[in-house]
Amino acid sequence: MASTTAMPPLRARASNRFLRVVVNHLATVAAVGSTILVMAPLIAIFAYLLFKGASSLNLAFFTQIPKPVGEVGGGMANSILGSGILLAIASLMGVPIGIAGGIYVAEFGRNKRLANMVRFTADVLNGVPSIVMGIAIYTLLVAGRGYSAVSGGVALGIMMIPTITRTTEEMLLMVPLNVREAALGLGVPNWRSVLSITLRTASPGVITGCMLAFARVAGETAPLLFTAFGNQYWSTSLTQPIAALPLQIYVYALSPYDEWHRLAWAGALVLIVLIVVSVALVRYVAGRGTLKGAS
Amino acid sequence: MGVAIEVSDLNAWYGTNHTLQSISLKIPANHATALIGPSGCGKSTFVRCLNRMHETNPIGRVTGTVRVGPTDIYAQTSAVEVRRRIGMVFQRPNPFPTMSIYDNVASGLRLNGFRNRKVLDEVVERSLEQAALWEEVKNDLRKKSGASLSGGQQQRLCIARALAVDPEVMLMDEPASALDPVSTAKIEDLIFQLKSQYTIVIVTHNMQQAARVAENTGFFLNGKLVEFDATHKIFTNPTDKRTEDYITGRFG
Repeated sequence: MASTTAMPPLRARASNRFLRVVVNHLATVAAVGSTILVMAPLIAIFAYLLFKGASSLNLAFFTQIPKPVGEVGGGMANSILGSGILLAIASLMGVPIGIAGGIYVAEFGRNKRLANMVRFTADVLNGVPSIVMGIAIYTLLVAGRGYSAVSGGVALGIMMIPTITRTTEEMLLMVPLNVREAALGLGVPNWRSVLSITLRTASPGVITGCMLAFARVAGETAPLLFTAFGNQYWSTSLTQPIAALPLQIYVYALSPYDEWHRLAWAGALVLIVLIVVSVALVRYVAGRGTLKGAS
Repeated sequence: MGVAIEVSDLNAWYGTNHTLQSISLKIPANHATALIGPSGCGKSTFVRCLNRMHETNPIGRVTGTVRVGPTDIYAQTSAVEVRRRIGMVFQRPNPFPTMSIYDNVASGLRLNGFRNRKVLDEVVERSLEQAALWEEVKNDLRKKSGASLSGGQQQRLCIARALAVDPEVMLMDEPASALDPVSTAKIEDLIFQLKSQYTIVIVTHNMQQAARVAENTGFFLNGKLVEFDATHKIFTNPTDKRTEDYITGRFG
């Protein structure tokens, strides 16, 4: 037992207290300042899009296809539908493959060479410029066959995979060992435990990963230039060139016509709103079943 | 009904670390058997060998034979099958956090493909009653997550979950060590009632607990089973000097 006489006085001196209050306030100011700095660009972009684009939004924008040069009016209905189709193809391909890859790396491939290769490949794929992805898919799927919705969807789908694989892996590894052991201890086969317990426990994080990947490719233009190509007319055929919002914005923004510039702004606004709405919708649907006190 | 367990020449390793060295003992059916010993002596590893959980560790390795009833669990059946017949309760309560109370209890049957609603309802109620939790949760079965309960309730939920698959043996690895005295007393009462129907093996650091609930007690030290005998014999008149030193608090 140490003697109590050696204890320092418990009350801090006045000068220390002053310093502590100052440092505390400085740290708070720095944190709040950084938050504002991070939020500012997002708010500025959104406000500017509203300012430039909102005035061109009307019913025709959502129901009509683009008018030829010189005619006033027209809309991007075909691009909105086209983007929907492209993203559906991309998600159908990217989400299952991405999640399956993440499950393999986290649950079955520990310390295996193949798992390390998958992880490394995913990281490299994440860094591949999107224009390169477009050219690669052009060479593989488009050359000799023609531009198509499928090739555009595949290009976007491949771009979704690495993000989803890596977040799925991280989220699965965060599920505590004792939850896995609980399932195994009940006599549940390992594959069943991974799918029904581990993946389910990690699902909020996995869904966030999928949404991040989705939001990222929803705005991609470059991979679609040589694959989906764009289309000025209605087309829902998977083997024909298809319109997409980012492509239409790109074409209109580069054009010399003021009318088209206004439509490009409106298109950009619609694109952002659609991304926000779909992400919010998925979150709502996924969160509906959450129980009281679930962690 | 519970079945007897017969262990002979069981060895277990973590990597090159020889954690269990040639353990042989007979655990009688429908009795509670306590395993005591200082931290790191191998008693947890031992119970994990009884339901083949030890081999879920990538560096875990086992030799020897373990007979549960008539079956040699390492030679004659699969690990999954073994764990279905032998329930386990862990040191820290581990309910499935995303599942409701009902789903937690039903999980063992559901994950093995059992779907009959009516039977599930009955099994859930019966298991929660056996685990002395029914009265406390019967109004929140589907509303509340298993993780929203208190620590003691969570542990009883885990016991109910293990009972729901109707095992023959219950392994309990320090089931009360993370709980307060009131919850601990409830768990001990439970063990007392359950041993009429199940064979119970309980690892504990608490020697009073061993004396209270178990007919037989084994003392582990440094990976070896030093002594295995009737509980009153171990605590009043141990054969081995090391057992005596441990229970009188001279080390460990």
